[in-house]
Amino acid sequence: MTSVAEAAVGRVERRLLDGELGLDAHLARHGRLPLLDGSQIIGMARDSGLTGRGGAGFPVWRKLSAVAEAGDGSAVVVANGAEGEPASGKDRALLAYQPNLVLDGLQLVAAATKARAAHLYAPKAALAPLRALLEARRVAGLDRMSVTLQAAPDAFVSGEESAVVSALNGRGAVPADKRIRVIQAGVGGSPTLVQNVETLAHLALIARYGAGWFLSAGTADEPGTFLATISGAVRRPGVVEAGYGVPLGELIAAVGGATMRLQAVLIGGYHGGWVPADPALPVSRQALEPYGASPGAGVLVALPAGACGLGETARIAGYLADQVAGQCGPCINGLPRMAATLADLAARRPRAGLAAEAERLARLVSGRGACHHPDGTARLVLSAMRMFQADVAAHLNGRCLATEGYR
Amino acid sequence: MKLHVDWTACDGRGVCTELLEEMLVEDDWGFPVARDGQRSPAVPPPLEGAAKQAVDRCPMLALKLIAR
Ligand SMILES: Cc1cc2nc3c(=O)[nH]c(=O)nc-3n(C[C@H](O)[C@H](O)[C@H](O)COP(=O)(O)O)c2cc1C
Ligand code: SF4
Ligand code: SF4
Repeated sequence: MTSVAEAAVGRVERRLLDGELGLDAHLARHGRLPLLDGSQIIGMARDSGLTGRGGAGFPVWRKLSAVAEAGDGSAVVVANGAEGEPASGKDRALLAYQPNLVLDGLQLVAAATKARAAHLYAPKAALAPLRALLEARRVAGLDRMSVTLQAAPDAFVSGEESAVVSALNGRGAVPADKRIRVIQAGVGGSPTLVQNVETLAHLALIARYGAGWFLSAGTADEPGTFLATISGAVRRPGVVEAGYGVPLGELIAAVGGATMRLQAVLIGGYHGGWVPADPALPVSRQALEPYGASPGAGVLVALPAGACGLGETARIAGYLADQVAGQCGPCINGLPRMAATLADLAARRPRAGLAAEAERLARLVSGRGACHHPDGTARLVLSAMRMFQADVAAHLNGRCLATEGYR
Repeated sequence: MKLHVDWTACDGRGVCTELLEEMLVEDDWGFPVARDGQRSPAVPPPLEGAAKQAVDRCPMLALKLIAR
């Protein structure tokens, strides 16, 4: 086994996405899951420092122990593969190439929480091939808990955890108020654990190779690898895997390099933040925090020097405003207004106080919805106003630095 | 005690912003915003009575007092 000293810290490497397709190949490579009891599973989740890969980065062991305690035998566990984010493809890739790791992980969290039911929630297209696989696993005696498949509608907010619970409860996949958390009362009123499919796949590897192995990738504070979906001005847009702390340049190189000189990269997806296209910048929570960004669910979009960052942000803000799940006043009203303000700025329709108005609206909607959709949209807009400050000034004077070649 | 708004229920008619004007103002669309900018603003002890009244009078049962 690799020792920590010689570990490939923060390097591109394949752990989750390695290996041949199919159940036989999976069993030949990784073997069956070792038999572990609940406290062993929670213990190894804690020792590995595994955090959620669905965006928020919450420590897995804490949620596991909270649900195990609250559930007392009635808990429900859900693998979340909704991946409503248009720039993300890693969960679909994982479900297509290594679904057995996800299903193993789901069994582990079911055992850890002494769950009464397990669900896999993903877009319809991803579910179809899983039916036969679940049957094969049942025949092979791999799954103690049977797994129900639930189709996730194609919408940005459909993977938000209370929306997931709402869908499983037979209502629309829209978020709910958070005064009562799903870990207290979720599916059928039972304490519910919602975990991203990639998180579960990591847990399946940790169960076999140990917390120490997991810790040999990534940084001391942010261990392990993550799946990144990289798009924009790169040669081979797609999904790669790397340890946290990987330099931005190495990630871009892993998808064939940039097709043009880059000016900025959006990290963390449509709810993320813009950072400079500095090849040395480590992709970790710690290193991205000064930019108001975080690796989130590993979504990166590379912006070429000749494109307008304000235009691109306005396009995304418009999309996000359209994805508002029509429930919360400040979000329903605020996001379209914020997107329209940004569109005016992007299209160089200046008026007094335009830039300040975009920032005011971003602050006004933050924290004022049942889910974090307004917060995430505001984060994107505020980061664009910082990152593209010179462009904002130029646009207010009717010029564009990017498309008119001033850069 | 803190004030919590269930945004999926609030209709923004502003009963609470009238009863609790020390803590809440209306935003551009009539929905309550905490003056201190907090998501769930803390209720100062002298305003606890007014806060309870606002919770009771909220027509949508959207306003709640929470411990956290
Ligand atoms: C608007 C919105 C959309 C989300 N969509 C997804 C999603 O598609 N998949 C996902 O795993 N988590 C999504 N999340 C995060 C989930 O709410 C939740 O934190 C996550 O599934 C927990 O799993 P993890 O701890 O393993 O990351 C979304 C959150 C928000 C606010
Ligand atoms: S905050 Fe917006 S996206 Fe989230 S539930 Fe409310 S209306 Fe829907
Ligand atoms: S009284 Fe209730 S429904 Fe009316 S604005 Fe206040 S919280 Fe919303």
